[in-house]
Amino acid sequence: MNRHRVRRFFARLGLYFSVLMLVSPAILFFLWMASLALKNESDNTAFPPVFIPNPPTLANFIDVFEKNDFLSYTINSIIVSFSATGLALLLGVPAGYGIAKAKATKAAVLILIARVTPGLSYLIPLFLLFQWLGMIGTLTPLVITHLVITVPIVVWIMIGYFEGLPAELEEAALVDGATIWQAFRHVALPLARPGITVATILAFIFSWNNFIFGVVLAGRTTRTLPVAVYNVLTFEQISWGPLAAAALVVTAPVLLLTLLMQKEIVAGLTAGGVKGG
Amino acid sequence: MNASTAEPSAAAMMTRGRNYARRYWVFAAPAAVVVAAVILFPWIFTLFMSVHDWKVSGDTPFVGLANYKKMLFDERFQWAAIRTFVFTAASVILPMILGVWAAVCFSSKFRFQGIARTIFVLPMMATPVAIALVWTMMFHPQLGVLNYLLSTVGIPPSAWVYDAHTVIPTLVMVETWQWTPLVMLIVLGGIASLPTDPYEAAILDGASPWQMFRHITLPLVFPFIVVAGVIRVIDALKAFDTIYVITLGGPGNASETINILLYQTAFAYYDLGYGSAMVVVFFVMILLVSMGLLVARRAEVKT
Repeated sequence: MNRHRVRRFFARLGLYFSVLMLVSPAILFFLWMASLALKNESDNTAFPPVFIPNPPTLANFIDVFEKNDFLSYTINSIIVSFSATGLALLLGVPAGYGIAKAKATKAAVLILIARVTPGLSYLIPLFLLFQWLGMIGTLTPLVITHLVITVPIVVWIMIGYFEGLPAELEEAALVDGATIWQAFRHVALPLARPGITVATILAFIFSWNNFIFGVVLAGRTTRTLPVAVYNVLTFEQISWGPLAAAALVVTAPVLLLTLLMQKEIVAGLTAGGVKGG
Repeated sequence: MNASTAEPSAAAMMTRGRNYARRYWVFAAPAAVVVAAVILFPWIFTLFMSVHDWKVSGDTPFVGLANYKKMLFDERFQWAAIRTFVFTAASVILPMILGVWAAVCFSSKFRFQGIARTIFVLPMMATPVAIALVWTMMFHPQLGVLNYLLSTVGIPPSAWVYDAHTVIPTLVMVETWQWTPLVMLIVLGGIASLPTDPYEAAILDGASPWQMFRHITLPLVFPFIVVAGVIRVIDALKAFDTIYVITLGGPGNASETINILLYQTAFAYYDLGYGSAMVVVFFVMILLVSMGLLVARRAEVKT
């Protein structure tokens, strides 16, 4: 009995130690990011490094917004990600329903191919197309290319959710004379709301994070936040405080969303292995 | 309800189901149009460009397979391919080992489990450009925090991404840090779906945790591990953001993977024809590798 208890104790200890080992790289990384963003320049370039900002300063954040016009890039990012996510929901939720109901597994393969294709391979032809259409320098090409990320995520997650719904309720509605559109709109759609939440969050995050489309297609005024942050690097190599502050500004919404919606995000990622770009 | 009345209605359901199935295509039509425009059209156009000598301005004469032939003798491309495979092999193996370990840990109940799991997932959700910038600052040879941490435990400083010998291992480290969570989540999903009775029987027989992991968990979640592995291979082959931001393929060409070379060819040298041919070859590589892994898995399941 006693030996058993000792063994259990060590198993627990091992577990806590393992978890600590696993999460500490993430914790230390994000703490250091915050530390860089909240310190003044002389502390940031001090050696040995200063770990705790004393006193913490918001000067870096003010600097980022004043010198680099981050406000307009933030607006760009919001427009692009919201439009791409909204359009993807309009297109992808019915598509997921249709594919699930028609049991069209072959259509799902197309979504998988979209998942496998490197983001760059869409860019060469689309870049030329947008150039011919004279759309470079507007936000439209960005919204359209972000659909490459958001539509497959939404369709993929929604197929899974609609397949999991019991068919009896819709069949009852159809027997009562509802059209398939009404059965979708009034029966299946309300039931699939949790799935729509998951799809929305993931599509939004992966659109927000996307860098590669913006770096090719965005002009000086149409940069999204990830592209804008990258440009801070190229122009201010040594000034670490504003750079870290800018990085934190870009990724803070995503980190907050992950912390608040962790259950939905974990469910969605587990189901699909989704990733953008 | 007895069998004789159930049967005809079931048959009627079948035929009705088939008719309905066709009608449900309407729902997928708008998405199909968009997918055709932004996914299918680029593909066809890429194939078309890959057999032309296509620069941004000037004529675009048909050159047949010349772009593909050029790749066969292009040493820069071949080195990029080798680097891509080395980078991919390492950035699959490490996250797989750590990810399975993490999944086993997070599948047992403990205090702060929820918040620990969320923190663990943060690296894969965070904006890649943002984390790549912070890593870049940490890699700074003189002022970076990593070399300071090494010095406190008596390890000589590393040049990290500023040396041709250490750049790939360093990028693998970043990739591992970023993508181990995805492996963990997929395998964790697998562990959650396992039946509990084999474990109960094993505990009664006095099996150790390691024996239970080795002989129950591992064989049962193996299909999930394979899925995670295939996804990891695809993502590692496609890795772009972090490499682009941290090294842009440097120093020299020491970390230039196919994806980076592709970007340079198309959008720095504006050789769109050659770039398109590279896209085609790169895509076929990714497809072959991922299909090969899935076929291998199917063979394994059968035997």
